[in-house]
Amino acid sequence: MVNVTLTLNGEKTACTVLPDEKLLDTLRRLGRTDVKKGCGEGTCGSCSVLLNGRLVASCIVFTAAADGGEILTAAGLGTADNPHPIQSSFVKAGAVQCGFCTPGMVLAAKALLDVVPEPDVQQIKLALDGNLCRCTGYVKIIDAVQSAARTLAGKDEVPHA
Amino acid sequence: MPDARGLRVVGHSVDKLDALALATGGEKFAGDDLPQGTLYARILTSPWAHARILRIDAGAARQMKGVRAVITWEDVPRVAHTTAGQGFPEPSPYDSFTLDNKVRFVGDRVAAVAADSPAIARAACEAIEVEYEQLAPIFDPRDSMKEGAPVIHDEPEARMIVPAAYDKSHNMAAQVTANVGDVEAGLAGADVVVEREFEVHRAQHCHIEPHVALAYVDGRGRLVIRTSTQVPFHVRRIVAERLQWPIGKVRVIKPRIGGGFGGKQEVLVEDIPAVLAIRTGKPVLLEYTRAEEFVSARTRHPQILKVRAGAKKDGSLTAYDLDILMDTGAYGSHALTVVCNSGSKTLPLYRWQNIRFRGTSVYTNLPVGGAYRGYGATQAYFPLEVLMDELAEKVGMDALEIRRRNHIRSGEGSPIFQALGEGSEGVAQTIGSCGLAECIELGAEAIDWKEMRGKAALQNGPIRRGVGMCCLMQGSSIPRVDMGAAYLKMGEDGTFNLLMGATDLGTGSDTVLAQVAAEVLGIPVSMMTVYSSDTDLTPFDVGAYASSTTYLSGEAVAKAARQAREMVLEVASEILGCPVEEIELADAHAVARDGRKVHFAQIGRHALYVKNQRQVQGAASHITRKSPPPFSAQFAEVEVDTETGQVRVLKYVAAVDCGTAINPKLAEGQIEGAVLNGISYALAEEYIFDPRGRMLNNNLNYYKIFGAADLPDIRTILVPTWEPTGPFGAKSVSEIGINGPIPAIANAIYDAVGIRLLKTPFTPESVLRALGRL
Repeated sequence: MVNVTLTLNGEKTACTVLPDEKLLDTLRRLGRTDVKKGCGEGTCGSCSVLLNGRLVASCIVFTAAADGGEILTAAGLGTADNPHPIQSSFVKAGAVQCGFCTPGMVLAAKALLDVVPEPDVQQIKLALDGNLCRCTGYVKIIDAVQSAARTLAGKDEVPHA
Repeated sequence: MPDARGLRVVGHSVDKLDALALATGGEKFAGDDLPQGTLYARILTSPWAHARILRIDAGAARQMKGVRAVITWEDVPRVAHTTAGQGFPEPSPYDSFTLDNKVRFVGDRVAAVAADSPAIARAACEAIEVEYEQLAPIFDPRDSMKEGAPVIHDEPEARMIVPAAYDKSHNMAAQVTANVGDVEAGLAGADVVVEREFEVHRAQHCHIEPHVALAYVDGRGRLVIRTSTQVPFHVRRIVAERLQWPIGKVRVIKPRIGGGFGGKQEVLVEDIPAVLAIRTGKPVLLEYTRAEEFVSARTRHPQILKVRAGAKKDGSLTAYDLDILMDTGAYGSHALTVVCNSGSKTLPLYRWQNIRFRGTSVYTNLPVGGAYRGYGATQAYFPLEVLMDELAEKVGMDALEIRRRNHIRSGEGSPIFQALGEGSEGVAQTIGSCGLAECIELGAEAIDWKEMRGKAALQNGPIRRGVGMCCLMQGSSIPRVDMGAAYLKMGEDGTFNLLMGATDLGTGSDTVLAQVAAEVLGIPVSMMTVYSSDTDLTPFDVGAYASSTTYLSGEAVAKAARQAREMVLEVASEILGCPVEEIELADAHAVARDGRKVHFAQIGRHALYVKNQRQVQGAASHITRKSPPPFSAQFAEVEVDTETGQVRVLKYVAAVDCGTAINPKLAEGQIEGAVLNGISYALAEEYIFDPRGRMLNNNLNYYKIFGAADLPDIRTILVPTWEPTGPFGAKSVSEIGINGPIPAIANAIYDAVGIRLLKTPFTPESVLRALGRL
C-alpha cells in the first residue's frame, strides 16, 4: 500500500492506496462522484480532472503518481450556489443533456481558457476532442465555451478555481 | 391555426432543471453513492459464438477469499423471457434466460459472481471452469433460414406470446408483411423503374454512461433496484417474472441517466445484481465495462434491403416494393417491431399508388440487436431516399421537386398507418400537422441548393464537392398501446410537485413536462419540482421510447395540471369571494375581474390550513389514438477526396417540424445530437469481427465515434406547426434527426463524384472501390 497526499478541490486529503490504483477509483472512493467512469481506458474523457492545472483522464493516472498533486474536479470548479462562469454558460447554452460528460467537459473548457482566453471555434473543437459527448452533437457545448470566454474576458479576476 | 405565441412558459428555452446540478457535479447517477458494503458483480461471458455448456464448475471460484456468490444456469429459475423493455404482452420473442446452458454469441452470459472488489470478481470469473461443446455458428443472415442451418434457439421454451409469425426451427425471429394495391402492376405501368439492394450496418449506442444497476433487499424484504434505464416499470415487471419474485415487492428507481438512445430500453443487466443481492443479503452493483457495452449490450440491427420503385414521367409514384432481411443477432429483442417500423415509419411519407412490404428478422450468432434511436426507420430511409433521387434523375426532375409533388400533407392519410403497427395491425390516422414543404424550402435555402447542386462537373482537382438531401418522418408514441400518467400537488408556498412515470434519460423531459404543467397553471417553471420514474412513488409510464414522452406523457401532465388548476380556482374563489369564471391565473396569481389578486402561496396555505382544507392536486393518465409524425428535410454538403476516398461533411442542415417546440433549445439539442450520431454512423462507426464471431474493436479507440473536432457546421431550423392532439401543439423530436445523414450524405456523394454507394458505412475503402481505384 502507498500513502498519498492530494490537495483535492483545495483540501489536503491523505489516503492509502494500492500501488496500481487509478486516480479515478480513488477519487470516487473519496466521495468525488462528480468524476465519472465512462470507459476506464482513457478514451472518453468523462473522468477528466485538472491535475496541477493540466487536463488528465483520471482513469489512466496512477494515484501514487499524483502524490502531492493539486486536483480540481467539477465540484471544485464551482457549486450550484456559486457556479463558475463556464458552468453557468453550459446551463444557459443548453449544453447539458444527460450531463454525464459535463463535469469532464467543463474542466476541458477550463484547461483551454486558462491558456487561450479567447479561442476560436477550431481551437475549442480541438481542446474538447478528448471528451466525448453522445447527446449534444457538441454544437451547444461550443456555444457555451465561447460564451464563457466572453464572460471571463469581461472580468478583472477569474472566479475561484 | 393556433400557435405557441402568447404562451408564457411553453415555447421558451428555460434552463434545463437539472443542468446546473449536473454541471457542478451534484446530481447522482445509478453508480454513485454506493451503500456501505456493496459487492461488485461481474458476468463471465462466452468465448464461443455457439456452444452448449456440458459442464460448469464454480467450486474453485466459490472458495476464493472475498467471493460472496457465484451463480450459473443451475442456480436460477429457468424462465424464458425477452430483454426488450416493451409493454405487456411484449411483441418480442421469449427466447432468453437469466442464465442458460447454451451460449449463442461471443459475449453471451455464462455465469455471474458477486465479490468484495471488482478485481476479486474478475479473478473469480477466471476461476470458473466451463466445458463447451462447440456448435456450428451462423454469421451471415442470408444463411440463417437455409435448409439444414444450425438451429440457434432449439430450446422448447422459446416462443412468441403475441400473434406474429415466428419459426425458430428456421431461425426466423419474426416476419411482417403489408400490401397496398398491386405492386407488380404498378411497376409494369411505370415509365422508369429502379431496382437495388442496400445494406445498413450494426452500430453501438455509446451512451457515455455504461449500463449500471445496484440491487439490494431493504429492511422490509423488498427488492430495490436503482438502475440506468429508460423503462423502469418494464424493468420491475420483467425482473419480477425472471426471478419469480412478487412484483409488489420490487421497487425500481431511476436516478439521473447518462444517455440511452434505446440502449437502455432493455432489461439488460438488472436481473443479475438482483439475484446476487437476494442470495448474499448485501447490495450488489453491476456496471458494464466499455468492452461489454460493445459486445454484450445491444446494437442497431443490420439490414439487407431489396427494393424496387417505379415512377411515371410526370414524377408520380406508381410502386414501392421493399423486402428487408434483418439480423437480430442471437436473441430476438425488438426483432419484430424494429423491422415493422422500417416499413411503418417510411412508407407513408410519399403517395405510392402500390406498396409491398416484407420484413423478416433472423437469428445469427452475433451480438444482439435492440432499440436504437430511429428504430428501423434509420435503416429504411437509406433505400427510400436514394431511390427518390434516382427516380427524379431518370424522369429528369429536380430532387426537391419530386419530393414536393409526392409527400404526404396535412389532412391526408396513408393505408400503411392501418396496415402496419407495432408488429400487428396499426391505427388509421389522418395527418393533423405537416410542415415538410416549408422544411424543404428553408433547408434548400440554407444549404444554397440552387448554387451547389449538380456543380461537380465545373470543379477541378481531386477533391469534389456535392450536396444531397432527404425527407423524413417518424412517429410520436405507439397509439392505443403506450400510456403515461402524472400526479401534481400544491404545497403551502404555492409551488407544485410533479410526479410522473415519464423517464428523463438526459433528454430534458423533466423540464419540458414541467413547462407544460407550469403553462397550464400560470406559474413559472421555477415553481415546479419534478420527481420522475420511481415505481413506488410515481404513477406509471411505459418509459422513454417510441418518441412518446413529450406527446404522450406531456398530455397526461396537461390533464393533471388542468385538474389542479380547477382546484386552484375554487380556493381562489373562496378567498376572493367571486365566482371561478371571473378569475384568471397568471404569474402565480389568481386575478379577479376587479383587479384584486391573490398569490399562489396564499392559495396553498389557505387550502391546507384555513378553511375547507383539502389537497390541491390533479392526477391523470393518457393514451393516444394517433402517432402524429414529425417531419424533416435534411441537407448535406460533402467533400469527397477522390485520391484517398475520404468523405467529409462540411455543412449539414436539418429543418424539422416537431409541432410546437416546448423548449426550443432542448429541441435543437435533440436534433444536433441525433444528426451528429447519424453522421458518425454513416462515415465511421463499424463492428469488425474475427472469423469466429468475436468483435475485434470493442473500445472507443478503434470504434470511432465523432468528437468535437469532427463536427461539421450543423444548422437546425425549427419549423413551427400545431399538432391538434399534442400538448400545446407539440409532436416528437428526439429520434427523427438520426435518419437523415445516411441518405443525405449518400446523395451528396453521388452529386460530387457520381457514385451510388449502397452499403454503409461510407468508408474511404468503399468510396475508392466504387470509383474503381481499389
